[in-house]
Amino acid sequence: MPEPATSEFIEVRGLQKTLGEQHILHGVDLTVHRGETLVIIGPSGEGKTVLMKHVIGLMRPDVGTVVVDGLHVEKLRERELAPIRAKVSMMFQNAALFDSMTVEENIAFPLVEAGLRDRKELRDRVQEALEVVDLAEHGKKLPVNLSGGMRKRAGIARAIVTRSQCILYDEPTASLDPLVSDVIDQMILRLQKRYHITSLVVTHDMKSMYKIANRVAMLKRGVIHFLGTPEELKNSPDPEVQDFIEGRSGITA
Amino acid sequence: MDFFRLPGRIFLEFLHYLGQLAALVGDLSYAVRSGILRLRLVARQIVEIGYGSQTVVIVTGAFTGAVFTFQCYMNFKQFGVETGVGAIVSVALCRELGPVLAGLMVAGRVGASMAADIGTMKVTEQIDALRVMGVDPVGYLVLPRFIAMLISMPLLIAESITFGLLASFLVTVYGYGVPQPWFVGHMVEHTNMTDLNVGMIKGFVFGIIITLVSCHQGLMAKDGAVGVGTGTTRAVVISSLSLLIVNFFLSVLLNYVFPMGASA
Repeated sequence: MPEPATSEFIEVRGLQKTLGEQHILHGVDLTVHRGETLVIIGPSGEGKTVLMKHVIGLMRPDVGTVVVDGLHVEKLRERELAPIRAKVSMMFQNAALFDSMTVEENIAFPLVEAGLRDRKELRDRVQEALEVVDLAEHGKKLPVNLSGGMRKRAGIARAIVTRSQCILYDEPTASLDPLVSDVIDQMILRLQKRYHITSLVVTHDMKSMYKIANRVAMLKRGVIHFLGTPEELKNSPDPEVQDFIEGRSGITA
Repeated sequence: MDFFRLPGRIFLEFLHYLGQLAALVGDLSYAVRSGILRLRLVARQIVEIGYGSQTVVIVTGAFTGAVFTFQCYMNFKQFGVETGVGAIVSVALCRELGPVLAGLMVAGRVGASMAADIGTMKVTEQIDALRVMGVDPVGYLVLPRFIAMLISMPLLIAESITFGLLASFLVTVYGYGVPQPWFVGHMVEHTNMTDLNVGMIKGFVFGIIITLVSCHQGLMAKDGAVGVGTGTTRAVVISSLSLLIVNFFLSVLLNYVFPMGASA
């Protein structure tokens, strides 16, 4: 029996991007399979978030292709990206919650915009998303009254409430304490197990990466420097990979 | 050749800016055609723009009417025509002072707020979040403000004119003892619907300028809080200067369409 037409959900080929004077991506090739969690690691400023923003059409490649579920993102105009954005949602590094809305309103927002008008269903879906991220008690609060970890979790709740096929996480555990980080890691794992969600995660948190990743890609000097399982990463003979995962800068006091 | 370089660059930057505004108008017309109108947001903006600007517009209109009346009265008195103050103040308030001063006040108060709100959303990725959720930022953020401004601005100008005239009436009749029928009679005789039409048309045009300039500055904001601050300042400066420049050409043009002294 032949394989399904594509088991790839995201395919990036030869992606190049320059921002101002800075040549960020030099030709990135990356495939994310349906239902897997692929974690992108790498030094700061190497373009991990830029790569992620190309996947959802927030940025356009200078050169290269980005295919999401069979659709060429780079060929679509902003107004034609709706089918992709219905399948892919994103959690931003700082959650990007709307300041003027309560947590509940923030989470309901994508559903309302998608046309859901049934109040009971709306309430149930929001409540369910809040429970998944353990924020059921905080739905009435404004984002400004939440801690950093709560904001991140609310951002994740907003990303999952539409039941997207794929979620992009931009540093979901950055600047969080280890316990809250673990809550978020467990939630990403639960979503994968329960809903078979494809996840693309950008992180610097090695502990988190080992917990959630099916595969790991290391972005360095604008290209994918390493691609493999967490086990392969750990055993990689590449000194640059080892320095990064062990946090060795080479500078001594 | 270096002599022409700086003006040339300024001219090109000006064209580039106009191009960006034209693109925003294009996005706005697409948002209108999409047929999605968020009435709650329009209502909220009417409260913010219209209701929230009451004090500033009333005080500006009233005291401008009062001081203009004072100056006119002092000069007219020398020629013994002080009863004509109502006429000159009324026409000036309807055609120029009401629209321009209310416009400048709204540019300062509302334009700054629009640029800061949208700019903050831009630098904190809230606008990217809207896009990711398939929501057109122009349709969601700019269109409600645009509609609210088109509704509010002519009303604010009418209010500014009304309070200016009221102040003029109080200063002339109760301050200087000009008989009420003379003041009102001259005012009604020399003020036509055309004068009010000019004020209202200017209100629409100024509303369009303030909204486009301020929302554009917000949408273009970058570099964090500093960028939002810069965008906010630019929004107020560009809207105010554009408003004064456009007002001159609009006055000349509208004087052909609605000549002074002609009835509608």
